Amino acid sequence: MSGNDAAPLVRVRGLTKSFGSNQVLKGVDLDVMKGQVVSVIGASGSGKTTLLRCVNLLETYDGGSIEVDGVEVGYTDANGRRRPRGERELARIRADIGMVFQLFNLFPHLTARDNVVLGLRKVRGMDRAQAREVAEQWLARVGLADKFDALPIELSGGQQQRVGIARAVAMSPKVLLLDEITSALDPELVGEVLTVVRELAKDGMTMILVTHEMSFARDVSSRVVFMDAGRVAVEGPPNEVFSAQAQMHERLRTFLARIEMNRA
Amino acid sequence: MPYHLNFNLVWKYFFDKLAWGLVMSLELAVVGIAIGIVIGLGLAVLSHGSGRAFRTLVAAYVEFIRNVPLLLLVYLVFYGIPSIGGFKYDATTSFVMTLAVYAGAYLVEVFRAGLDAIPKGLIDAGRAIGLGQVELVLHVRIPTMFRIVLPSLGNAFISLFKDTSLATVLAVPELTYGANWIYTNTFRIVEVYAVVAPMYLVTGYLLLFGLRLLERRFAIRRR
Amino acid sequence: MIDVMLKGLPFLLQGLLVTLEASGIVVVAALVVGVVLGIGLSYGPRWIAWPIRLLSDFVRGLPLLVLIFSIFYMLPLTGWQISNFASALAALAVFETAHVSEVARGAIQSIHPGQNEAGKAIGLTFSQRMLYVILPQALRRFLPPWINTVVDTVKGSSLLALVGIVDLMLSIQQVIGRTFKPMPMYVLGALIYFAINYTLSQISRRLEARFAYVRE
Repeated sequence: MSGNDAAPLVRVRGLTKSFGSNQVLKGVDLDVMKGQVVSVIGASGSGKTTLLRCVNLLETYDGGSIEVDGVEVGYTDANGRRRPRGERELARIRADIGMVFQLFNLFPHLTARDNVVLGLRKVRGMDRAQAREVAEQWLARVGLADKFDALPIELSGGQQQRVGIARAVAMSPKVLLLDEITSALDPELVGEVLTVVRELAKDGMTMILVTHEMSFARDVSSRVVFMDAGRVAVEGPPNEVFSAQAQMHERLRTFLARIEMNRA
Repeated sequence: MPYHLNFNLVWKYFFDKLAWGLVMSLELAVVGIAIGIVIGLGLAVLSHGSGRAFRTLVAAYVEFIRNVPLLLLVYLVFYGIPSIGGFKYDATTSFVMTLAVYAGAYLVEVFRAGLDAIPKGLIDAGRAIGLGQVELVLHVRIPTMFRIVLPSLGNAFISLFKDTSLATVLAVPELTYGANWIYTNTFRIVEVYAVVAPMYLVTGYLLLFGLRLLERRFAIRRR
Repeated sequence: MIDVMLKGLPFLLQGLLVTLEASGIVVVAALVVGVVLGIGLSYGPRWIAWPIRLLSDFVRGLPLLVLIFSIFYMLPLTGWQISNFASALAALAVFETAHVSEVARGAIQSIHPGQNEAGKAIGLTFSQRMLYVILPQALRRFLPPWINTVVDTVKGSSLLALVGIVDLMLSIQQVIGRTFKPMPMYVLGALIYFAINYTLSQISRRLEARFAYVRE
């Protein structure tokens, strides 16, 4: 893959996070280089979704650090003291990190086009004409050229998710976070969404994917990360992680076996 | 203007005016809702199987009561009706009747929704064991409906308890009247309401708490 | 009966103007402050949300009449030179604001948290999220119950008569004081209140039906 920039685009070090008395992340280290696609897999409760949501600070983290393009996401060092970032700084940082959600979370009162336009106008500062153009371009690229004026309620799940992807990608983010984006879709609609993601990967978008789609993860990822009980347990290129050798790791083996069983 | 708190004047009259006043308020609310339930339930049950004319009349009654201020209704019943009817009644009776009619209008809707929410299976089971129409209503519909509407009924009662404060205007010796009496006789406004406001609040919370307990024991929750 | 009504009508209409003015001011004030408080209740940190919650429960747990009497008679003691009308309105406004904040809170909290997250994810600030994502959606859940609070305000304004504000209710009493014919005036007054409030409730009902089919 690319790896031409020496420093990783996303750098996670020693990340810890607890919800009350339950420690969900117990010290996670992760590097994502520009242009890489990293899939994070693991059982529910392993912390993979929490990890993802910490990257754009939808969840705060307790200890450790997350840096995106050299900037620490959650905290800032003002006069040598570490303090959580304020509202405005967060908004600016989040503008450069895109997220696509499992439940789509499209704005139901806005058309597909306006869902994409909102961020372009209010965050990127584009004027109306320019924002429309960019939005329509992206919607066309995800295959929804005929749905500009459709409301989310008029779209199928797969179409809604593609709007969600367009909305995130139109903002030209440095990295794209995808949170189980096909888990809520009917099986026959999964393919159209994965096709879009494959295209994005080919075009060099840096992505972190939390997914249950093993074959897709194998196909499209530069690296696969298996999380277990709040830590990174196994990590490496897809063929390694899915190989028989890696499955010496008991938890990974059990996990993959369970996925296969559910498939059948 | 300096104001020196002096609660003694309030405590002097507390028992007579305030404690008994609270009792009076509760009595008014209880009798009011009891009669209101009779009215509301009666109309709801009768509406069930009757013609458009009757149901329109009931709807008119409900709409009228809901859109006219309670204060006006209180005056209308106490001053207006005797003036054309020729008879007189005392303030308490008048207020309670007004409250009952007021409550009835809200409760008709509550009961109607409750009756509609009775699971069909229960009615069928009753028929299957040979219960006739009247017995069905008495032994199946009404008890079940009460358990369904319990939360709404309880909230209506708490609301009605607060509405009893209007009885003041007819010089009925309930809690607000007691508060005003103390004020006009001692001018201790801050002290008196510092006592009376918590009395309303605490009573309201106790009623709410009691309602929750009843709900836990009796209410049927729609799944 | 009718001629008594007609003779009294002009006076009642004058009182009606006061009722409408008072209700109007209270409705607007309660709307602005109530929505802000509702947002505070939904999104504010604990040190904002809890005091609002406490005050709101306190105010809503009291009878409106008690609130009016206490505020009306206590405000002059603060030394603040405020007219009777303003004092009475303040009391009614406090009551209605508490109710509006509840309605606003309910409307806002009924919106799926994913909406706020999606707004965050594209880099919108808090006020941008409120303005473009949350409030537009909350509006349809807010309007029907809010109109009901407007009706309650109009009905509640009748209690202002008890502190000497010459609104519709008090003008009814004043006319009766001169004519000694209570029933025609009460009926006329009831019809006027009914006309206003029934219209409002019908609007609320229509809105509710209209919004119900836009399932989100």
